[in-house]
Amino acid sequence: MMQVQDRPLGRGPGPILEVRDLRVEFPTRRGVLTALDGVSFDIAPGEVLGVVGESGAGKSMTGAAIIGLLEPPGRIAGGEIRLNGRRIDNLPYEPMRRIRGREIGAIFQDPLTTLNPLYTVGRQLIETMQTHLDLSDREARQRAIGWLEMVGIPAAAQRVDSYPHEFSGGMRQRVVIALALCAEPKLIVADEPTTALDVSIQAQIIALLKRLAREKGTAMMLVTHDMGVIAETADRVAVMYAGRVAEIGPVRDVVKAPKHPYTDGLMASIPPLDRKVHHLAGIEGAMPRLSAIPRGCAFNPRCPHVFDRCRVERPELLDTGTTRAACWLYDPASEKQAPELFRHA
Amino acid sequence: MPDPVPMLAAEDVARSFDVSRPWLQRVLAGEGKRTLRAVDGVSFEIPKGTTLSLVGESGCGKSTVARLVVGLYRPSRGRILFDGVELEQARADAAQRRRMQMIFQDPYASLNPRWRVRDIVAEPIRAFGMVSEAAAQREKVAELLTQVGLSPLDGEKYPHEFSGGQRQRISIARALSSNPEFLVCDEPTSALDVSVQAQILNLMKDLQRRLGLTYLFISHNLAVVRQISDRIGVMYLGRLVELAPAETLFTAPRHPYTRALMEAIPDLDMTGRQRIPVGGEVPSPISPPSGCPFHPRCPLANARCKAEMPALLPPRGQPDTIVACHAVEEGRDPAPAPAGADQRMGTTATAL
Repeated sequence: MMQVQDRPLGRGPGPILEVRDLRVEFPTRRGVLTALDGVSFDIAPGEVLGVVGESGAGKSMTGAAIIGLLEPPGRIAGGEIRLNGRRIDNLPYEPMRRIRGREIGAIFQDPLTTLNPLYTVGRQLIETMQTHLDLSDREARQRAIGWLEMVGIPAAAQRVDSYPHEFSGGMRQRVVIALALCAEPKLIVADEPTTALDVSIQAQIIALLKRLAREKGTAMMLVTHDMGVIAETADRVAVMYAGRVAEIGPVRDVVKAPKHPYTDGLMASIPPLDRKVHHLAGIEGAMPRLSAIPRGCAFNPRCPHVFDRCRVERPELLDTGTTRAACWLYDPASEKQAPELFRHA
Repeated sequence: MPDPVPMLAAEDVARSFDVSRPWLQRVLAGEGKRTLRAVDGVSFEIPKGTTLSLVGESGCGKSTVARLVVGLYRPSRGRILFDGVELEQARADAAQRRRMQMIFQDPYASLNPRWRVRDIVAEPIRAFGMVSEAAAQREKVAELLTQVGLSPLDGEKYPHEFSGGQRQRISIARALSSNPEFLVCDEPTSALDVSVQAQILNLMKDLQRRLGLTYLFISHNLAVVRQISDRIGVMYLGRLVELAPAETLFTAPRHPYTRALMEAIPDLDMTGRQRIPVGGEVPSPISPPSGCPFHPRCPLANARCKAEMPALLPPRGQPDTIVACHAVEEGRDPAPAPAGADQRMGTTATAL
């Protein structure tokens, strides 16, 4: 099968989101740090793109750049972000604020800091909807109750007048999801939406997000460090390492038959639930700091298959047959070719 | 022949906390005192050289057990025996106290940022007066750092110069410096990235083999626990609901809560599978439900479960396991199935 998945899997004509060669820099006293370097991907309508990586890989930064909430002094220093074909990375604050909420919904890790503790959840929902949609007070309230029902809050008609602190953690995250969805955005950026929750609640929230994205045809970028969550939820995955995309492709191919040595090591590090292993594979060393990203491929000092070219030249995303991986092993011109030793491959 | 005296024995240990509002507010509102029963009658033994893990969701009391076991809290009821000696007595004796150490979750908070690594690692050696000579101390620190996979030269650095995984190695070196036999590890890998977590788990297993250590391992991650444990206790609202050998717990989980937990974990093999998550949330430990604390979320609950607290009993045909469940006792639970069995079926049944 030689179908190359560099395009999204979803339905519809064009992608909702296009990110091209995104570069984010942080000027510091000791020089400019490059936090994201040449990140590119698309998300189609109704599609869930998982973005995984370890801390510091730049996955949250990518989400923040898309919703226009980069922490200063961080700035977009290159590339393009397009929403429905329209460029949004260079918009001033006010037009971008209108896009946030109306066209892009955001869900963050900690549901308590996302909600305003001084307003009832109903008021927050109503205000969000009325900012972006033309609704009367009564209509907005009816819809607020409808959204709370949709995200599975029992007795929604009464709970709509409760304050955030009256909800448990899992219920709060449901409110946050309702808040992100209530203006019916085309794209949702969810940054670790289940990380602060216990596993039994996590499963409920994942099921909810998946269902809503499918029903509403919303595109979703799901940022998480948990491969299990990705495997359950995403259609495609982008694996990030040191501010770059290491591998991108359909979820099944990336999880079951990773092609990039980093993805392979990452998958082998995850303790399996269905058996005990004598020794977990792991990856030696740690991700480089932004101030010391190695020349060539950023993964080369930890890579078991490293060869000369990796230390000099940075690999682009290359076709591996199933996914696309930033690895010289997949360039026919390299002196070393991809070994048959990758798991499941 | 294994030592018959367990390294640690907990007998009906309970710990409650007073969470009442201030006196004046209480009087004005006309309400009484409120207590939170964080741990409510937990018993277990850890044989020497083995690992017992406690798993559960936040608020189940697992970290409180860890703190009780090292003497950071005193139990409100029950007793804890360390190598056959009352814990309080053992804690009073430095020679006994040095035999137990703790590793904490957050390697960013548990190391003093203003001390050099060599001083951090040497602190227990000095506190217990184990090696007095400076040169011998340096040698011991170098040996400890090597043992956890760091370089002796790293002793000159400060904690901020290390990554999370390396810091956790420093915590482990510090814990090992008093030559302990028993380590209490409270979520030692939860703050770490997965590739680093694998390194630390391997290191801990390796040290256990080489030094004959006994671990009490606290975690919320069942997959991690499976890799490291001999026996596993599942906690819910301050109580043990199931205690079983690690393999048995995964191949034949019995308590409905254990089964729900296993079902809830997103598994890599489950790609595309629809799961039925357990409903509801953990109730407040301040006002736990009557009878079995799991009954409001349990698919097998009946009138007896609502009224009567189940005892920990071995289910039929599984003498090594104990389960606190009326349904299991009465034989009305579905046949035990290994964790992951339906997942694999799910993979083949669901096209992506």
